[in-house]
Amino acid sequence: MRNYANPTNFLAAARVATPILATLTGALLGVGLYLAWFVAPADYQQGETVRIMYLHVPAAWLSMFIYVTMTFAALGSLVWRHPLADAAQKAAAPLGAGFTFLCLVTGSLWGKPMWGAWWVWDARLTSVLVLFLIYLALVALWRTIEDPGKAARAAAIFTLVGAVNIPIIKFSVDWWNTLHQPASVFRLGGPAIAGSMLWPLLVMALAFTLLFLTLHIMAIRNEILRRRLRRLSIQTADADRSEFSAPASLGTAR
Amino acid sequence: MSVGATAPAAEGEAAPRSPLRALFIRELRIGRRIGGGGSLGVVFFLMLVVLTPFAVGPDLALLGRIAPSMLWIAALLATLLGLDRLFQSDHDDGSLDLLLMSKAPLELIVLVKCLAHWLVTGLPLVAAAPFFGLMLAMPAGQLWSVALSLMIGTPALTLIGAIGAALTVSLRRGGLLLPVLILPFCAPALIFGVAAAAAGAAVSPAPAAPPFLILAAISLLALVGAPIAAAAALRQMSE
Repeated sequence: MRNYANPTNFLAAARVATPILATLTGALLGVGLYLAWFVAPADYQQGETVRIMYLHVPAAWLSMFIYVTMTFAALGSLVWRHPLADAAQKAAAPLGAGFTFLCLVTGSLWGKPMWGAWWVWDARLTSVLVLFLIYLALVALWRTIEDPGKAARAAAIFTLVGAVNIPIIKFSVDWWNTLHQPASVFRLGGPAIAGSMLWPLLVMALAFTLLFLTLHIMAIRNEILRRRLRRLSIQTADADRSEFSAPASLGTAR
Repeated sequence: MSVGATAPAAEGEAAPRSPLRALFIRELRIGRRIGGGGSLGVVFFLMLVVLTPFAVGPDLALLGRIAPSMLWIAALLATLLGLDRLFQSDHDDGSLDLLLMSKAPLELIVLVKCLAHWLVTGLPLVAAAPFFGLMLAMPAGQLWSVALSLMIGTPALTLIGAIGAALTVSLRRGGLLLPVLILPFCAPALIFGVAAAAAGAAVSPAPAAPPFLILAAISLLALVGAPIAAAAALRQMSE
């Protein structure tokens, strides 16, 4: 594991892993969507609209899972100042925003036929919206601070502060009397959902997780390469400058 | 003491002052003298309140109903207004480096700066809120609950804002970033602040105590957590 913390080794491993992960993701997404659309039964109350669940619920899980991943990466940035942790943080923020957006949009599309409203201001919906805003703020923070190391540490502190929102989202349906239903898969006493619906859901959740993993690794790779490019361009600029000034000031040219 | 060195030695006390106390006095002085201090924030607060009837119409019943929310939003925005100055001016003139080198814990320095900042900018808003509530046709019994909820809640806004101010301290173009960073975290204070302010109304069925207690809990949490986060951010950002 420690071996892959070296960016060069990571790049080599990522080059091998990306096509495998991408193929696996494609296959699982195909199977999951087929199960969700053609095999899983329609709900006796909700009818066909229940199929939105197979996109909505995995997206919601991922929106929180990505934030937790980012929190651990943030610890890595602050404690060890590891460049790979910086890259993992930076790559995760837009992906998290994307999955959270998917969760909000599918939830809204599901809410209209079921609750009769595109949006209600209940605790679960509001706290997920705040999560989306935090992701957007993180992306803005990354883009504003020029120095990558500094940006990583600022983003890490902000990520750790924002982590208070995650338990609020998780328990919002228990603490407040919300329109959104409480958890029905991960709960004491086993899932309160029929097996014929649970299996497609789990396949979709695994497919979404692999999709995130694939995109994350690809984005980390891009980020490492982007940093190397930045360093190379600075070195080139330095070399150019010292070439020009070499005859005049030998002492100061490095 | 390096911290006290920047404050003018007008007092001429015999005993050496503690650095935190000296910093507190310096912050109060700067806050009062530069940029109009708290009065400017109150003027901004008033303008937001004046804009409300323009936007929703002069219907007094409607204004009275939305007054707690409008006052809270106006107070939130007015608090936001002065936050960028909290560390930035110290960063620009170099005194932040002295504060970072000081023997006093940076967390306490941040706390003292926040306290002084709140006294200059937050407290005037609290004092002005009942009068502005009258202008928005609020019932008399509710004026006190609005002032009290702002009294309890605005320190949380200043403290949470300090985290954003610390994160954006070295940025030249961080103008919009600060509100974008901290507004999501101000949501809980706003929710329970408005609930507490509205609880004084006779029509409200909810008991008054719980939202006040939760608001106080948020402020206390911010009092402990925000200086630590802001101090960490200051250390990281000013390297």
